[in-house]
Amino acid sequence: MMRLVFRSRAAFAGGTIVVALFAVALLAPWLAPHDPALVDPASSFASPSAAHWLGTDNLGRDVLSRLVYGARWSLGIVVVATALIMSMGVAVGVVSGYAGGLLDDVLMRLVDTVLSIPTLLLGLAIVGTLGPGIGSMTIGLASIWWVGYARVVRGLVLTLRERGFVDAARALGANDRRVVLVHIMPSVLPSVAVLASLEMGELILAISGLSFLGLGVQPPTPEWGAMLNDGRSFFFTAPQLVLYPGLVITASVLGFNLLGDGLRDALDPVDALRLGRSGA
Amino acid sequence: MSLAQWLVRRAGGAVVVWLLISFLAFSLSTLAPGDPAQLMLLRRTGDAPSETEVVELRHRMGLDRPFAARYVTWLSNASRGDLGESYRTGQPVLTELRTRFPATLTLALTALLAGLLIAVPLAAASAAARGTSLDHAARLLALVGVSMPSYWLAYVLMLVFAVMLGVLPVSGSGGLRHLVLPSLTLALGSAASITRMLRANLLDELGSDYVRTARAKGLPGHLVLMRHALRNALNPLVTVSALRFGRLLGEAVIVETVFAWPGVGRWMVESIYDRDYPAIQGFVLYIATVFIIINAIVDLSYRVMDPRVRLGAAATA
Repeated sequence: MMRLVFRSRAAFAGGTIVVALFAVALLAPWLAPHDPALVDPASSFASPSAAHWLGTDNLGRDVLSRLVYGARWSLGIVVVATALIMSMGVAVGVVSGYAGGLLDDVLMRLVDTVLSIPTLLLGLAIVGTLGPGIGSMTIGLASIWWVGYARVVRGLVLTLRERGFVDAARALGANDRRVVLVHIMPSVLPSVAVLASLEMGELILAISGLSFLGLGVQPPTPEWGAMLNDGRSFFFTAPQLVLYPGLVITASVLGFNLLGDGLRDALDPVDALRLGRSGA
Repeated sequence: MSLAQWLVRRAGGAVVVWLLISFLAFSLSTLAPGDPAQLMLLRRTGDAPSETEVVELRHRMGLDRPFAARYVTWLSNASRGDLGESYRTGQPVLTELRTRFPATLTLALTALLAGLLIAVPLAAASAAARGTSLDHAARLLALVGVSMPSYWLAYVLMLVFAVMLGVLPVSGSGGLRHLVLPSLTLALGSAASITRMLRANLLDELGSDYVRTARAKGLPGHLVLMRHALRNALNPLVTVSALRFGRLLGEAVIVETVFAWPGVGRWMVESIYDRDYPAIQGFVLYIATVFIIINAIVDLSYRVMDPRVRLGAAATA
């Protein structure tokens, strides 16, 4: 699988961007030239200089340092949200697919219902009702985003359940728990990982969008969407305060999308060859 | 299954989904921190209300009744077109939604149309020239397009066309010129996503047997593409457009806020800022109703247009 990832230049480029982002987030205190919260009214709206490579914002805070620290918030929230979404989606998907029957019908009807409203709008309504903040944003997004995973996982479990190796395990006396954990899960997880990497870009957009509306991360926390929202008031005099965070968001999402596309093709090379995606 | 039977089944399914959504939408209110009666009094008078005032208003609003009873009342009102009154404006929620929805619909439909006009030729050119630098450029462009936050693209376009070139208004509404930037913002994102999907579909079709047959009998490449592959690849475009339309309504919330476009999206954000729960619930149910209808129409159009679906057993949903 890794060989295929490396053969795909796009996936490699995406992987590089993603690794670099996590490195920046981890090493933020050493990489950032200044304290991201240090207010210096004397040098507000400073142009780029040796001291402030990307200039300063309305409060004289160093823009580059804030972007560097922003990686911690943006990626941190995405990772936590994805973990929540994956556990909910896998749990419901496995139960639904393995148990079948009435439980399956009820759960899938719920999935259909959530999917019938645009995700962003439902997320907005939930976060808006819970009130602004990182916690309610993460819970709000997780509480709707899992349905897509549940549907994919259920489909996988349905086909796996009928496979020979599952029958064999059962014939050897394995109970349901053992069949699910030891025999079905290992085949489900790689697909879930690919789905997660495909969806992470979308999730970053949703998180920064909610923060941009003032419903997610609150200022002065240097999250990229929140920074963009902060910069809105000065757009006509200092457009760079809007442009820089947006560029960083775009680059991050691009990284996750490239990686996700590449992983999907690597996992399913037949499909990739047919669609001519593997070589690019 | 006859069309009539199918319609009855499909309508039944739609009603079940609608009921579930109404329950979800109404349950939202129980998630809300704080007491709506207290909030309302606080908003009206500006200072903390007394205990008796709160109890009295709770009673008048029916908040002291059990959840199930309140839900049934709300649902029966909603099914008769009464979504309650907005805390913020005191106007019926449905009236507020109805006056604003056309603006959002205009925005979303022009964006979808423009997106398709960009995406179809781009995807066709990309698939026809597969593996060339043109194809790579188109794919990279589309990938960057789906990776951009729409609100950021909105500001970039505003900077270029309104501030630097000065050819279009910065924001607001009134006249076609105000529509250009918000719908272009949404159109570019849609174009990128549709291009990606359509290119994959086209390559799928180009690899199929009937295309090989067409080629074998000596049909020139562009005719194979236009007459055979593109026509079949366009079929799923109805579904894609319907899905896209949902995304557009979601993104419209943000883009309307940036461009001060007077649609339901901006109204929803303002309702959230003001914790106007009847407005939020009403909005969710309204949009869900719109979507259930759109999805039903899409399914019906497939059933009528595509003989494989019409005759196949697949069309039981």
